[in-house]
Amino acid sequence: MRPDEIAAIIKSKFPQVKEEAGTNYIIVPKESILEVAQYIKNPPLGMDNLHCITGIDRKEKIEVVYTFYSIGEHHGVTLKVNLTPEDLNVASLSEIWKSANWLEREVYDLFGVIFSGHPDLRRILNPYDWQGYPLRKNYSNPDFIAKPRM
Amino acid sequence: MAVIEKIPCSKIIEKVPGGGFFLTTSESILKWGKVSSLWPMTFGLACCAIEMIATGAPHFDIDRFGAGVFRASPRQCDVMVVAGTICVKMNDCIRRLYAQMPEPKYIIAMGNCAISGGIFYYDTYSVTKGTEALGIGVDVFIPGCPPRPENLLFGLMKLQEKIRNEKNAAR
Ligand code: SF4
Repeated sequence: MRPDEIAAIIKSKFPQVKEEAGTNYIIVPKESILEVAQYIKNPPLGMDNLHCITGIDRKEKIEVVYTFYSIGEHHGVTLKVNLTPEDLNVASLSEIWKSANWLEREVYDLFGVIFSGHPDLRRILNPYDWQGYPLRKNYSNPDFIAKPRM
Repeated sequence: MAVIEKIPCSKIIEKVPGGGFFLTTSESILKWGKVSSLWPMTFGLACCAIEMIATGAPHFDIDRFGAGVFRASPRQCDVMVVAGTICVKMNDCIRRLYAQMPEPKYIIAMGNCAISGGIFYYDTYSVTKGTEALGIGVDVFIPGCPPRPENLLFGLMKLQEKIRNEKNAAR
């Protein structure tokens, strides 16, 4: 299935989602991420593989990006959830895809997004006593050596 | 006496004419032993480890220098080849392993990352800026990203030279 066909299917089922301009990424309100995830896992879309979860810090918001793939159908879809810096809570998908467990821990570790319902939300890459979230734009650290601008 | 000529310290060994024994000092025998059996610790941290592994393989054959016995325990090692990027999470581990090595112990910092942080020097939060930043004294630095196996062998020979020239062999 082509990305625009997948987007059309999801949009017809869930009127609250919209497509990001210029791409086929689907922006899902954070309240509906569990519903949408549950829906795309089953046929007709059959996204049985959660490839990757990552984050993007855009200063006024933090985007959580989910990349899915269907091994049987050979197609994929990308979902995005926008979070405001004041409320970084989103539902965990680890009940639906087991791979979400570690991926969500990574996003928590690097961006500080709280995945509610996650069974074991600890840091995964940095030491457990690490302070701050390193991939945020406003992160700073005394050992951090900024690159001199040429 | 063909055997004696192969010994690296043979200049300080005196042959007794016609004799089947030789005179030397206990210090040079001790140094000879240390130089010819530098057992390294298996300590690959990143891409440089691949070069260290290649050096251990038959093509480059680190065994020629008596340093091919890679041990998996710090208690059996003489030299730690820090081969790769040191992440902040690894700091305590390196300090502890270094403390567990019995004297005499030596450190080779292999690659730019182990020297100073290398390409991860600027704008990284997770990389320690070299082995010396951990308060561990380094004996030989081998620059390169990664150093060729020949460079590691050269660094090893430099370490052997350093041991041979040590003032107090009982260090
Ligand atoms: S010096 Fe280069 S090759 Fe060696 S660990 Fe660092 S980045 Fe990798």
